[in-house]
Amino acid sequence: MASLKDLRNRIASVKATQKITKAMQMVAAAKLRRAQQAAEAARPYAVRMESVLGNIAGTISGGPDAPLLLTGTGKDQTHLLLVLTAERGLCGAFNSSIVRLARERALSLMAQGKTVKIFCVGRKGHDALRRQFEKQIVEVVELRTSKGGVSFADAQKIADKIGAMFAAGEFDVATQFFSRFQSVISQTPTAQQLIPATFAAPSAAVTGAEAVYEYEPGEAEILADLLPRNLAVQVFKALLENGASEQGARMSAMDNATRNAGDMIKKQTLTYNRTRQAMITKELIEIISGAEAL
Amino acid sequence: MATFPFELVSPERLVYSGAVTEVIVPGAEGEFGILAGHAPFVSTLKPGVLTIKGDGAPKKLFVRGGFAEANPQGLTVLAETAIPLAELRAENLAKMIRDAQEDVEDARDETIRASRQQFLEQLTSAAAAIEADARISH
Repeated sequence: MASLKDLRNRIASVKATQKITKAMQMVAAAKLRRAQQAAEAARPYAVRMESVLGNIAGTISGGPDAPLLLTGTGKDQTHLLLVLTAERGLCGAFNSSIVRLARERALSLMAQGKTVKIFCVGRKGHDALRRQFEKQIVEVVELRTSKGGVSFADAQKIADKIGAMFAAGEFDVATQFFSRFQSVISQTPTAQQLIPATFAAPSAAVTGAEAVYEYEPGEAEILADLLPRNLAVQVFKALLENGASEQGARMSAMDNATRNAGDMIKKQTLTYNRTRQAMITKELIEIISGAEAL
Repeated sequence: MATFPFELVSPERLVYSGAVTEVIVPGAEGEFGILAGHAPFVSTLKPGVLTIKGDGAPKKLFVRGGFAEANPQGLTVLAETAIPLAELRAENLAKMIRDAQEDVEDARDETIRASRQQFLEQLTSAAAAIEADARISH
């Protein structure tokens, strides 16, 4: 049976933990709002980019001089998996669910005899994959931007690296893994193919008969200029979704932790009070029986 | 004068949105002005100054990387960087030019070197134009 002092200490420590988890939850809530705003602000750019690229790609993709970023190398022997995770833990299953999806994909590709290369963004994903896929990991980028969230320059750097690797013929297909933000309690780990680029067929409303564009310089040049930019935009979009998902996941994880700490405090306070009462009763009995003995 | 809707979008936010009478865009093959009712048109950008004319004094922004799309619904410019000239510091521009110079030196293959060299030249000429502009306005 624990002594009263032990119980008191334990309650105090759980209370301290609860304060921390509560604070982390509130910080996550504030950051989530900012991350969501950032994701929203980036949407018009990505949407416009996609519609224009969709338009041009539709007219040119059949041609023999279509850029490789659009058509691919024609093989699918070497796969690059871009795994986007967070820098920090304590956010529920956020990191592990992205890693799990990537790991399953990597294993199934390897079982088919394909070569797999892994590009880790974020420390947590690297930590989790390092043991199993040491040989496959070709690049690690850590995002050390604690304030202000991710910037487009970060995405640009990652996209430049991927572009350079593709130009050097180091892989045929690139896929990125990130968590799509649905709501605070639900984030879906998602795989999205980056190279060869895929575009939703432009809807009739966008390509309507009147939209016969004039291109300057030619369509091919525009496409060659925009596809690398689109890569950066897609990575940026994924990073922003990830940022919002991470904060959402952390918020609900910390909410749970705070509630659990509350339950624990309640239970331990009850034990503490009972033990104290038992000791008082015991002491009283001792005094009374001592007095009676006289 | 007729106005048309114009949007200037950077990856991080919507920089400008509103009705304007004319926009002068630094296109890859030369500057062009867009007025209301322009034919559908897509052009890539070179680094330079974009001028928005509407109510009041024309607004000038430094833009680089991206494209402009004019269609019957209006004009949209997507730029990776869009900074109002008033907020653009000379050091910023100097740093961009230095980075571009390093890129040229780092280029391993000839076509990449050529394209980066061209980018550097465009950037330097944009910087010169901005400097001249600043002298006139002071």
